[in-house]
Amino acid sequence: MSSDIRSGRLSAESIRENYADLHAPLNPLQAKQESARCLFCHDAPCTEACPTGIDIPGFIRKISTGNSQGAAKTILAENIMGGTCANVCPVEELCEQVCVLNTAEDKPVIIGQLQRYATDHLFDSGAQPFIRAADSGKHIAVIGAGPAGLSCAHRLAMLGHQVTVFEAKDKPGGLNEYGLATYKMLDERAAKEVSFILEIGNITINTGISLGKDIELDALREVYDAVFIGLGHNAINQLWLDNANAEGVHNAVDFIQRIRQQDLTSLPVGRNVVVIGGGNTAIDIAVQIKKLGAETVTMVYRRGTDQMGATEYEREVAQTNGVLIRTHAQPVRINAVDGQLISVVFEYTRVDSDGRPVGTGETFTTPADQLFKAIGQSLHPGPLSKSQAPDIERKRIWVDQNQRTSLPDVWAGGDCTTGDDLTVVAVQDGKVAAHSIDEYLEHG
Amino acid sequence: MADLTCNIAGVTSPNPFWLASAPPTDKQFNVERAFEAGWGGVVWKTLGEAGPPIVNVSSRYGSIDYNGQRMIGLNNIELITDRPLEINLEEITAVKRDWPDRAVVVSLMVPCEEQAWREILEKVEQTGCDGVELNFGCPHGMSERGMGAAVGQVPEYIQEVTEWCKHYSDLPVFVKLTPNISDIRRPARAAHAGGADAVSLINTINSIVTIDLDLMAPTPTVDGKGVHGGYCGPAVRPIALSMVSEIARDPRTTNLPISGIGGIGNWRDAAEFIALGCGSVQVCTAAMCFGFRIIDDMVDGLNDWMDEKGYSNLEDFRGAAVPNVTDWQYLDLNYKSIATIDQDKCIECGLCHITCEDTSHQAIAANKDKDGKRTYTVIDEECVGCNLCHLVCPVPDCISMVEVENGLPYMNWGDHPNNPMRDK
Repeated sequence: MSSDIRSGRLSAESIRENYADLHAPLNPLQAKQESARCLFCHDAPCTEACPTGIDIPGFIRKISTGNSQGAAKTILAENIMGGTCANVCPVEELCEQVCVLNTAEDKPVIIGQLQRYATDHLFDSGAQPFIRAADSGKHIAVIGAGPAGLSCAHRLAMLGHQVTVFEAKDKPGGLNEYGLATYKMLDERAAKEVSFILEIGNITINTGISLGKDIELDALREVYDAVFIGLGHNAINQLWLDNANAEGVHNAVDFIQRIRQQDLTSLPVGRNVVVIGGGNTAIDIAVQIKKLGAETVTMVYRRGTDQMGATEYEREVAQTNGVLIRTHAQPVRINAVDGQLISVVFEYTRVDSDGRPVGTGETFTTPADQLFKAIGQSLHPGPLSKSQAPDIERKRIWVDQNQRTSLPDVWAGGDCTTGDDLTVVAVQDGKVAAHSIDEYLEHG
Repeated sequence: MADLTCNIAGVTSPNPFWLASAPPTDKQFNVERAFEAGWGGVVWKTLGEAGPPIVNVSSRYGSIDYNGQRMIGLNNIELITDRPLEINLEEITAVKRDWPDRAVVVSLMVPCEEQAWREILEKVEQTGCDGVELNFGCPHGMSERGMGAAVGQVPEYIQEVTEWCKHYSDLPVFVKLTPNISDIRRPARAAHAGGADAVSLINTINSIVTIDLDLMAPTPTVDGKGVHGGYCGPAVRPIALSMVSEIARDPRTTNLPISGIGGIGNWRDAAEFIALGCGSVQVCTAAMCFGFRIIDDMVDGLNDWMDEKGYSNLEDFRGAAVPNVTDWQYLDLNYKSIATIDQDKCIECGLCHITCEDTSHQAIAANKDKDGKRTYTVIDEECVGCNLCHLVCPVPDCISMVEVENGLPYMNWGDHPNNPMRDK
């Protein structure tokens, strides 16, 4: 059995079609009709469910009155990345899940798509609704130009502070630029959003600068009035199996980054592909590799669907795109010939009384030209090792409710701290930290 | 099967649904399509004097949309028919000949001179039509020429013209009333005194529906300018119902037949007008919004509802609501009802609470438990039974108004101790 990996399994045109927008944007009539469905609830459950606390009935009402610009301002005032979040938020588990129309009509207002309608409207207009407060004379360092860092930087700039952002990668945007499924973030959306954020001024981004290599936390703390850490995840969980480094075995996040940054027709795509993991990253790689022309894509998760990180909606997207989702199986052997992956052996699992999956001894083998590992990411504290480091708890930087770390002048947020690993949560962390920093700079 | 046959002022039709005098009844082509669809009758779009017809403008309509619903209110600045009188008369003759069972009433508007009315009536009688309707209502264009609402606002003119018509013609005379007046009973009494066989109301209401904020002009806009027009459609229905009830209750016009007009779009609307005493009902906006086939639901729905209620013909319930329309001073001040919320149906939108809290009596408490479940509860002692929460609640039958038995006897304002004018 030989492996079959090649680029250009599909024509450039087919790939372009496959990578088109997941949802067509709402047209003005759809937006008008859908916004009219919103009941304008008091103490709205949707707003409560939104990690950034957007006044959702407020912005939807503005759409319904033809005030889309105002709607966008309402959104962005709480969530500066409201444009991205409109496309990538798991709304089915946040705002839309608690919409009261689920009870009344078994169909929520499609809040995410209305949010996109409003924010697209504002971005297309080129308007800039935010202005800076008078210069405070304070200067804050932000580590990481992902959602948490940029959100923090923007709010700090609004409050009148000077911000310098250090980013290890070549482009700002973090996972918005490198990690989200392409069909959710078309047309350079991430880069445009970063430009919009930077328009406020007083934010400088230095790319290609890594913490622990080019800069150290101790030094930053000496130079700047405060520091915000938005490192995100910098390590990927590994499979401890032989042949885990065979040709054809990839980290899902690395490959997604290539999908986002490279010509899609140049990417290597296996005939038979296996994805290990049960989160949205697993879904994202499974769907995207299928859309590149893989013949079979099997996503394998060691527990049941109820325990999957991927939402029901995301699973549906995968299944309608032809991804086979298998549950209750864990990888036990990677078979390779001449260093090249050929198949993966899985053992069936059952969940024990503690809820942990345990092998049953029975196995099956799935032929695989490519294997994508999507079994989680984590924070590796290495970059903080040469400085006085903030406290780490359960492999994340410990923060209080104001996103302040154990160090008095250091705040942190996003995936490197506790909480759901969602763009919208990272944005909220950055915003909360900015206000806390502002308070600290003013009152100590 | 209920009998929907309608008989008003000697004019019969297989059902009470007529198309009002308006663009849908301007031509043989339209009217035949309406009859094919099942409409019981038409009032032919208003004819004027012989001679050069009037000229209409472009555009002619403006409307109000609300929350995604089109044309809840329609405004027009079109005048009477702009086709030659002879053509209209020929077409009316042909239609009545081919559709003998349908009501064909002809709307008329000529200058307020005896001779003008005599001449037009002689011509119209020859068409074989079932009656005439005197257009004393049109609020724009014609009123500036001393016709339409200019006549309808002066009871003496109404009576005089009606008398002429009854004198020169044997046809049943319907007098169409304008609502642009403070007391609708006065023109109705004048029509009655003049010998009218029926009144039709309401005609359209003076209106500017929208201002185009780019053109800075009212809509519809004609070369940058706009004028007030005549407002109709669902938005005016409550005004029409009130005016119809005034005439139905007035002892001086008690038995005057009424053809109801004003935002009627379905069988239920029609039933409400009939319950207030109307013989036939006239429809325009709904047909202009959807086309003639809405008649299917109107006939079907009215029939089913009548069957369900055990009404075998229209007379069984015509006017049934009139005795229950009273004056405020006769309402029972000792009657008390309060809101109750069916918690099983509540979807937790909170609208009952916030509207009561902000704009009424602070009588609905809001609670949220640790799981985020919201509960809204009526504070009985604070509830005045105003009905606002019941109206804002989006869920049918979730909030209801329940009578509170307080054992107190009927007491109206006339007997109330707080009334300084009370009979001692």
